[in-house]
Amino acid sequence: MAQAEAPSAPKQLPIVPFLRIPDDPKDKPYLFGSKCKQCGATYLGSRMACARCFSTEPMEDVRLSERGELHVFSIVHQSAPGVPVPYVAAIVDLPEGVSVRCNIVDVEPDPKSLKFGMPVEMFTEKVHTDKEGNDIIAFKYRPA
Amino acid sequence: MRDVAIVGASMIKFGRYPDKKVEELGAQACLLALQDAGMTMKDIQLMASGNLYQSNATVGQRILKEIGQTGIPVINVANACATGSTAFREAYMSVASGAYDVAIAVGSEQMGKMGLLGMGGGGSGRISPEGIVGSGLMPAVFGQAGVEHMRKYGTTFEQFAKVAVKNHKHSMHNPYSQYQVEMSLEDVMNARMVGWPNTLYMCCPTGDGAAAAILTSMDKAKQYTTKPIKVGASVLTSDPWNEREPAMFDVNTLTRNAAKEAYEKAGIGPEDLSLVELHDCFATAELLHYENLGLCGEGEAGRMIDEGETSIGGRIPVAASGGLLSKGHPLGATGVANIVEIVWHLRGQAGARQVEGAKAGLAHVIGLGSACTINIVQR
Repeated sequence: MAQAEAPSAPKQLPIVPFLRIPDDPKDKPYLFGSKCKQCGATYLGSRMACARCFSTEPMEDVRLSERGELHVFSIVHQSAPGVPVPYVAAIVDLPEGVSVRCNIVDVEPDPKSLKFGMPVEMFTEKVHTDKEGNDIIAFKYRPA
Repeated sequence: MRDVAIVGASMIKFGRYPDKKVEELGAQACLLALQDAGMTMKDIQLMASGNLYQSNATVGQRILKEIGQTGIPVINVANACATGSTAFREAYMSVASGAYDVAIAVGSEQMGKMGLLGMGGGGSGRISPEGIVGSGLMPAVFGQAGVEHMRKYGTTFEQFAKVAVKNHKHSMHNPYSQYQVEMSLEDVMNARMVGWPNTLYMCCPTGDGAAAAILTSMDKAKQYTTKPIKVGASVLTSDPWNEREPAMFDVNTLTRNAAKEAYEKAGIGPEDLSLVELHDCFATAELLHYENLGLCGEGEAGRMIDEGETSIGGRIPVAASGGLLSKGHPLGATGVANIVEIVWHLRGQAGARQVEGAKAGLAHVIGLGSACTINIVQR
């Protein structure tokens, strides 16, 4: 008698391609980037070429720091259906010379609660389950 | 490259036309421009049509089918918010190069109430990161751009709000404006917040509309008008590499690059401008562009708005038309409409909002992604 196929275990999938979910369960998800070997420009995720110096040499894979600094923000009060408002939409600068768009949470969504340059740290959480039962993982930042 | 003149220019009132097809809006604007030039479609040798929402659906040709299927070349142009002005530049280049003698540029858009969803940023395809991983929509993008100016120079929410007060006031004299509602500083600051620090009245509306301009070589212009308006410069740039992109759009560098090139080509400086129609998609954007366009020194935009320098009657009127904030921003139409507004002032045809003795004007548009057009027109 043929054995039935076991259903595949639900996977963890990143919400954006530059969030890497390691196979090692002892490790945490992290943002990765590519650093140009010719000019040092660093980008989120994978690249086929450098937009600054045009190099097409394969880039260095970089694990990006969990900690960054708040560059600027806006407080969004009106958004696409299903997005809870208000929330802090921020630009965070990472020490590797790359910036990331993100939500800042665990803070009052009010300009008085936010300081330019304040240290923030990244964490990840499941935000959605897709039709195949996979967990979609997103990253957010909170005051460090 | 030879000198090019605008001999016909017009637009339809921006607003909501849910029962019209977008080619009818564009056709109306073209007919008005043709009438203004004393021409018919027989005279037109090339059309550049700017339209964003239906950019893959030959809007230019559909306009021709409404008003004159002459078989001329039609270029359909899409370049985000710089769609109309890039179409204008295509028409300009076709005449400046000597390849054509008479060209028409038309910008049109029918947006409904949906609005532009903007660049949501790349995702793994299963769920949009918008609102979960920051925002790529216009209110947050232009909110952040304004906050950056606050960070650098201490500009305040109130100063940004003054831009909206000014532009809504200017539109009271513009019958082509979508909105004509004067509002106080309190009205603007207390309105519903959309993306801090921009409240509802500090955001441009969605809407429908069209505008058109007809260009000929300067020698030929005399056949059509006693008041040819010269295109001093028609410049287009995209955004150079920047460390914070693509997370944060830089709307400043590409504007500065375009401005420098435009002033050089036109042979004038910002002090020679009589009026400016810039890209005030959000009130925060306007102050940034005062500095980007060299209307004032670094960090002085707040002072400019505080001292009323950019109101009609001030040193350098900005958004005499009411700007995108009040006049409206049908995406494909804006880039041509800004130029039409300036042409009207240069010809002394701007009615109650006329900037006295207007001699030279600058039209500026930014499309996120990004594209910047600057057109300088002079008499």
